[in-house]
Amino acid sequence: MNTVFTILVDGVTYASWLFIVALGLTLVFGVLKILNIAHGSFYALGAYAAASFVGWAASMHWAPAFSLVAMLLAAVVVAAVVAPLTERGLLRFFYGRDEVLLVLVTYAMFLILEDVTKLVWGTNPYYVSEPYGLFGNLNVGVQTWVGYDFALVALAVIVGLLVWWGLNRTRQGKIVLAVIHSAEVAASMGVNVSRVYMLAFSVGIFLAALGGAFTAPMISVQPGVSVGVIIVSFAVVIIGGLGSIEGAAVGALIVGLARSLAVHTAPVAELFSIYIVMAVVLVFRPEGLFQRTQARKI
Amino acid sequence: MDSSPAKPTDSATPARRRIASAGLGVFALLAVAGFFSPKWLTFLVTMAAANGLVSLGIVGLMRGGVVPFGQGMSFAIGGYTAALLFNKLGLTDALALPFAGGLVAVVIAVPFAPLLSRYRGIFFAMLTLALSMVTYGLLMKLELLGGSDGFNLGRPTLLGRKLPDARVGYILYLVTIGVATVMALLARAYFDSTRGLVTLAVRENELRVEYLGGSVRQAMAINFVLAAFCGGLGGALVVMSLGHIEPNFSFWTTSGEFVFVAILAGWQSVAAVFVASTVLEVVRSFSSAYFPNTWQLALGLFLLFVIRFLPRGIGSLWMKGSAR
Amino acid sequence: MTRMLEAHGVGKRFGAVVAAADIDIRIAAGERVSLIGSNGAGKTTFVNMITGYLKPDAGRIVFDGQDITDLAPRAITRLGVARSFQIPQLYGDLTVLDNMLVANACHEQRLSFWQPARRRSALDRADALLERFRLAEHRERRVAELPGGVRKLLDIAMALTAAPKLLLLDEPTSGVSAEEKFPMMDTIMAALGEQAMTVLFVEHDMDIVERYASRVVAFYSGGIIADGAPREALASDDVRRYVTGELLQEPA
Repeated sequence: MNTVFTILVDGVTYASWLFIVALGLTLVFGVLKILNIAHGSFYALGAYAAASFVGWAASMHWAPAFSLVAMLLAAVVVAAVVAPLTERGLLRFFYGRDEVLLVLVTYAMFLILEDVTKLVWGTNPYYVSEPYGLFGNLNVGVQTWVGYDFALVALAVIVGLLVWWGLNRTRQGKIVLAVIHSAEVAASMGVNVSRVYMLAFSVGIFLAALGGAFTAPMISVQPGVSVGVIIVSFAVVIIGGLGSIEGAAVGALIVGLARSLAVHTAPVAELFSIYIVMAVVLVFRPEGLFQRTQARKI
Repeated sequence: MDSSPAKPTDSATPARRRIASAGLGVFALLAVAGFFSPKWLTFLVTMAAANGLVSLGIVGLMRGGVVPFGQGMSFAIGGYTAALLFNKLGLTDALALPFAGGLVAVVIAVPFAPLLSRYRGIFFAMLTLALSMVTYGLLMKLELLGGSDGFNLGRPTLLGRKLPDARVGYILYLVTIGVATVMALLARAYFDSTRGLVTLAVRENELRVEYLGGSVRQAMAINFVLAAFCGGLGGALVVMSLGHIEPNFSFWTTSGEFVFVAILAGWQSVAAVFVASTVLEVVRSFSSAYFPNTWQLALGLFLLFVIRFLPRGIGSLWMKGSAR
Repeated sequence: MTRMLEAHGVGKRFGAVVAAADIDIRIAAGERVSLIGSNGAGKTTFVNMITGYLKPDAGRIVFDGQDITDLAPRAITRLGVARSFQIPQLYGDLTVLDNMLVANACHEQRLSFWQPARRRSALDRADALLERFRLAEHRERRVAELPGGVRKLLDIAMALTAAPKLLLLDEPTSGVSAEEKFPMMDTIMAALGEQAMTVLFVEHDMDIVERYASRVVAFYSGGIIADGAPREALASDDVRRYVTGELLQEPA
């Protein structure tokens, strides 16, 4: 019973930051029809920025709780700076081109950002572990759970609800939904599709950076972090269905639990369990569990 | 171009002979040049040729309109096959190992070919990616195959003879560029063949191909298997010269580099693939030495430039006429 | 007389729309049949069911004695049915010659990994057809750069590469200027000439129909309202009311 609980908790905590990141990825695909390989790089930027901001806050001897604000701020700054640069400065020149071509453009972005990160922050790992202790520990029998992990779950839930509410209950959100459905039709109805693209992309990057910022206390922030994140995020959005919020949530849970199950019961499968699920979904239900896009299949 | 309807003077055979002679000429040139070159240069060209083979397989698929993001799988399979045969079975011949690598990669690819032949676009890319990551995961965790460290292999032999210390690099270089030349000529012949032409048609208008009686799925499945052979071949050749194999061969970033070369080369010229592969090796080597934190930046910018301004790749710079 | 194509009770609906209702046709070898009808009458649906693009909900389609109702387009093509398209389906990036070579290659029973696409026998076949369609001068030009009329002819020439027993032409003269229509049909018919090929062509221009069809089948609302020699069919009240618009329809 203990193991089952452990597996569940581990799976859900892993799923929570993954959900935040995958949500950004799926949103960008849903609106702009771009599968962004560089999404993991924005995650990394969020993590590095958080490391810097938290470090700066600590050097100013501000209250530890302020580090949470610093992390949030890091995500906001990353989105505010990088989103316009990449979307206006690069991506928009390739809109309307073949979807795989756009993936290649984002691959180029990933390569560029890998080195940009190294140039700005160097190659040594950053450890920003102070915030990890902010929420104390929970002792249940022999198991010790870190409060921060649960706070992350709470954050994921809040983010998910906010995005859902924003898309479905606000006027601006409904416009975004219209563009997701058909950019052409929306444009012919007077929607400023460019602005919607800009907005969606910024939110997408923000979410990636947010995931990175709040995961930073749990990892060592170093070059190469983006590489693992993007591939797992791909698995999530493929399983859940490209462009679907519910899909990102369910996909993240499936991936988190699959990995957790593997780690605790069959460690040899830890790395490939996720991708087997991804492959199986692609074979039997390529649109994912919550269909939004039609799979290009013959 | 002469527009009179008189009997056309072009014919395939003289063209083929010309290409074959050119290929042999290039091989001879490289062989001689390699004899006098420093070791690091022959090693660089060896890697470029072997890696180029993997990208050649990708180009074959791109001619049919899909971009695989999982060529690392065949690459790793070829490499591990060669390394395992060397270490466990004592098969050390420098010509047999690559062939074995290609063969095993084909055997593993064949069951997936009919499935993959039904996918296009992002889903094709993602499925090939997933398969290569499953392979990576397996390789990382299986201690039998060396786990995350991989393992080493020793010096190959050639036709039963041990290779002398001083000349090992050069001989492996000859083997690699020899195999690459043969594969390049075969690829050119295949691209110019009826199957090759149907592949190009599939890329542009699948519907019409079916309505003309051709099979789109068969074309794509075959291209996938051929790409697997190229990948396995390249993987084994790399491993022989590198002396080491590890799971990273199957990681998505490795596949990404092969795609980079294929995009850079374009799908019109076979020679362009090897030129592009050499460019990557040069950038990788020099940048690692002098600008370790900027070579990916350079690659990324380069890729953007090619996508934007040379969408048909560098091959389009010298292949004139229609897209063949 | 050989029955080339038969439809028995063929029906097809798309939701509430009846695209075909109980269609019965028998077409003999060598006939030149024109399918007429206003847009949405069911002619294209019928053609699509013959070629295997759509599956009928009811009935059977028999080609040259073989039931093709459930076959895929590729299988039907290999049996001897070829079609051209209203919007020419070509390979824009390739030359006219290469387009013909593709058609030739697709038709071949055993494709080759080695034999060049541009070998003598293939080139001769392609050139012969290009000659018949008066397209030889465009041989080396990229298809994307060619004018509409030439593209339509190429589309048909490609369909003919397979030497089909049944040729379906989907609006062969649509998009072509009035002066070009007759010369174009002349070229096409001449190119078909020697073989007693069965031809079905969907056509809106009644002058073309009268001149080139040996039989007219008129569609309306998914059903056949007339089937006979052009003179009689085009003079029938139903056709004049529902197809050519010569008789005004009664207000509902």
